[in-house]
Amino acid sequence: MESLTQRPRMISSNDSAPGLCSEDAHLHRRTLLGAGVGGVAARGLIGSAMMSQIARRLVAEEAAGKTDPAKPKNIIMLWLEGGPSQLETFDPHPGKRIGGSTQAIPTSLRGVQLADTLPQTAEQMHLASLVRSVTSKEGDHARAIYNVKTGWRLDPTLRHPALGSIISKQEMDVVAEREIPPYISILPGLHAGKGGYLGATYDAFRMGDPKDPVPDVRSPVGDERLQRRLDDLYNIVEPQFRSRRLQSLDSDRTLHLETTRSARRMMNSKRLSAFDVSDEPKSELAAFGDTPFGRGVLAASRLVDAGARCVEVTLGGWDSHVTNDTLQRSACESLDPALASLLRRLKERDMLDNTLVVCGGEFGRTPQINAAEGRDHWPHGFSVLMAGGGIAAGRVIGETAADPKLDPAKPLSDVSDPVRIEDLHATILRVLGVDYAEELMTPIGRPLRISEGEVIDKLLA
Amino acid sequence: MRSLFHSIGKYLLAATLLVSTLGFLLWGLSSTPENPQLRPPVSDVSLGRWNTNESFQSTLAKAHQALAVSLEDEGLSAAPRADWLTICRRQSLALVGCGVSLEEIRWLQTLPEPQRTTAHLERLLDDSRFHDYWAERWSRFLVGNDEGQFVLFRRRRFRVWLAEQFAADVRYDQLVRELITANGLWSDRPQVNFLTATVDSNDGQPDPVRLAARTSRVFLGLRIDCLQCHDDFLGNVSLGDPGNLEGGTQQHFHKLAAFYTAAEVNGLQGIRDREADYEYKYLGDDEATPVQPGVPFGQAYLPAEGEQRERLAAWITSPKNRQAARSAVSHVWALMFGQPDGESIDNLPFELPMGPVAETFVDDFIDHGYDLRRLIRLIAASQPFTVDSRADFEITRRHEMAGAAFPLVRLRGEQVAGCVLQASRIKTVDRDSSLISQLIQLAAGGEFVTRFGDRGENELESDSVTITQRLLLMNGDLSKESVKPNPLANATSHLIMFSGDHADVIEAAYLCTLNRYPSENEMGHFVTRFDEAKSREEAISDLFWVLLNCSEFSWNH
Repeated sequence: MESLTQRPRMISSNDSAPGLCSEDAHLHRRTLLGAGVGGVAARGLIGSAMMSQIARRLVAEEAAGKTDPAKPKNIIMLWLEGGPSQLETFDPHPGKRIGGSTQAIPTSLRGVQLADTLPQTAEQMHLASLVRSVTSKEGDHARAIYNVKTGWRLDPTLRHPALGSIISKQEMDVVAEREIPPYISILPGLHAGKGGYLGATYDAFRMGDPKDPVPDVRSPVGDERLQRRLDDLYNIVEPQFRSRRLQSLDSDRTLHLETTRSARRMMNSKRLSAFDVSDEPKSELAAFGDTPFGRGVLAASRLVDAGARCVEVTLGGWDSHVTNDTLQRSACESLDPALASLLRRLKERDMLDNTLVVCGGEFGRTPQINAAEGRDHWPHGFSVLMAGGGIAAGRVIGETAADPKLDPAKPLSDVSDPVRIEDLHATILRVLGVDYAEELMTPIGRPLRISEGEVIDKLLA
Repeated sequence: MRSLFHSIGKYLLAATLLVSTLGFLLWGLSSTPENPQLRPPVSDVSLGRWNTNESFQSTLAKAHQALAVSLEDEGLSAAPRADWLTICRRQSLALVGCGVSLEEIRWLQTLPEPQRTTAHLERLLDDSRFHDYWAERWSRFLVGNDEGQFVLFRRRRFRVWLAEQFAADVRYDQLVRELITANGLWSDRPQVNFLTATVDSNDGQPDPVRLAARTSRVFLGLRIDCLQCHDDFLGNVSLGDPGNLEGGTQQHFHKLAAFYTAAEVNGLQGIRDREADYEYKYLGDDEATPVQPGVPFGQAYLPAEGEQRERLAAWITSPKNRQAARSAVSHVWALMFGQPDGESIDNLPFELPMGPVAETFVDDFIDHGYDLRRLIRLIAASQPFTVDSRADFEITRRHEMAGAAFPLVRLRGEQVAGCVLQASRIKTVDRDSSLISQLIQLAAGGEFVTRFGDRGENELESDSVTITQRLLLMNGDLSKESVKPNPLANATSHLIMFSGDHADVIEAAYLCTLNRYPSENEMGHFVTRFDEAKSREEAISDLFWVLLNCSEFSWNH
């Protein structure tokens, strides 16, 4: 498979030829600088073996106030599954026919209002931008989720990779053996991102509520005995199964050995604590919200700091065909503290410049309120929030009409400056350092661009 | 105190288990085909019945002829037939959700080899594990995975009722009619729960929209949920009659939904028939429109008279409704293989045929009175099910899709749990097992499946193994308890206690876990491991761990 990366390959720790380097070379800048630039080596926090050339370069450039262009950017996606209502979140129209009972509140971004369901997020809006005119052609959950997560419409002949899988591929081209999976999906439900034609290697690592330590990472037998078991597995039993079966059995289908090796690396990793939020101060836990989603978002920031490249956290409860107001408010009670605290935390920790936050769902909800006081699916103008990672702060792209005509024949006539899903993808990939226009050879023999969208220049910092 | 009672109870039950299984263990581990000492009862079946049944064999021949033409068109060669143990494992995974027990293997070895796969299938069809297992799978199709509103919906009762129908060999068309036309109380007439599973979203009444979506997916093999909100402006759904297909509309969906407005919850009488009464405000309309019951295709064979739900049920089960029969075959096929015959189990566009074997079986299914067991027997005897997943030529995904090689399919969580539990026992774990075995199966299996990930209604969609799942099998409680020496429960101890030399133990371990014999290389390697081990207990625990953690164990092949 061709490379996805625009980044130069990292220099290995022995300072010799370019090649795959260890994950230690990717320690976050803040981690490297945790004890102060001058004191890192002296205090022995990072030994010389870990202090690769690239790490030294990062430290030096940080001291010089430079931004390292080779430094990978990360993404945290707050995935609102079910179809959040734009009118009850990021694009309220109070007092209008379509507005329902939701009120608007001012934000820290001059002239921009949010729904009153998001008071804490409103205080952090100066860090973010909004796209209020996202459109797609998918009004069915499964198809729309596929569309938004991959940037492509469902195609019976080809499975496209999720955005996180593309980032994962980019990362694993450089760092093949990792202790922390590059792509993690927290509370994924049924729709965790998949590698598609890139291969299941790049599927998201799925995990539940991070209130507990990662389970099953301690072997019931000692290291020597475990290694003996694994040797027998790898060298004796697996070759027997592979014999005369499907070509590329492990890499294209089972992923068994690769996943087993990844599991083994995780078992040995000191970075496992990143999954566990129980050592966070109570005040921080409370700030994110005492919910699985709140803990998941907090864990996402820890995981990005520990080396994950893409973490998505799913919040359901948005599919409000009945009693829209109640359901949207209820979901926002989980979203608001987590989103606001995430933006605040990333900013405080100097992580926002290198961490892109994206918050949205598969579509929005109808401007009309139906007979059951609900709103139905609406792909013709909904909202996505973006912040950090190379996205400019304080921008608002597009607008939905306050008094829409709702002409079924012209659904986009009520949206100004419409943005397509693929354009969002191209923009995200661009700021994450992926050549979105690069063509990859797919398994069906057709070269395909990573994204067919166009970058939204107005969103770039 | 609770812990004390737990311990006492555990040991009492374990002692019972030990006594009850000891006799069999002595037989099971030492018997050979030439020396069948104590044989479990043989079910009363005529093993040759299906091999000589003219119409059965005629359908098989027709299907295989169609397959041969298809493979020739694609320029593909077929793999040879798989060995009998592999086919029996596939049957067990499909029908009871776990591998073949050593007890079953020993019994099958007493039969002539050509009879073994048929004999195993016939025993499974009469096995309560099959009735229970398929009842759960079909419950997911029919009412989903949620427990729903307890007062009006009893999922467990529904599942038990379904198991009774499978045990009684009720025909599929009768089952469908029972479900759609059910009347009475959900607690008294369990089939009513098909309707009341939806009351939580419709103010205590059956939800016609959800029932229409369920009906279209399960009984018609059509995904037309999107038509609930808008016409198909994307070209995804074609409806109407052959030669006259048209884009799906909101009217198609809501006319189907209207049939279910003729079901009403009426106090203590439960579900009762009434006049259909439905109106819907279509997208773009200002006012709601009355909607009369109607079908999305095949209007000609919709009965003109009768209660609305009876009309719908008669239309779905009409021999002229081939699409409905396609849907039934698609669902049974997917349960047999662990994956659909094509892209989707419940999205079978009119214009896109399933594979040639499945399409042949659709006609047989209609012609022979919607006989589910006959359909299962046909699929189990068909070339796509019995062909090997290995060959002397390079196997590709195309071979699998075309039925030229058995598709490698990852086992679902409940199948992996079932395989671990069964592999760690010598005897078949079923309703006749000791209480403790059943309790372990229930508790440990349930916990395992939760952690492994249960995809609910979408359980037949393919997926890849995850790090979480590998960690669970490598270090989780279920595998930990299953491989450690435990003379009261585990095969690891029983094999040591009652088997002969190292080779006997290793062979039995392979049969218990992978349902195959070890290769010469594997046998030589593990005999050396046993010779060099600190103890035999440690060696067999390690061997079981390796076998439970290999890809062969977690995949249907």
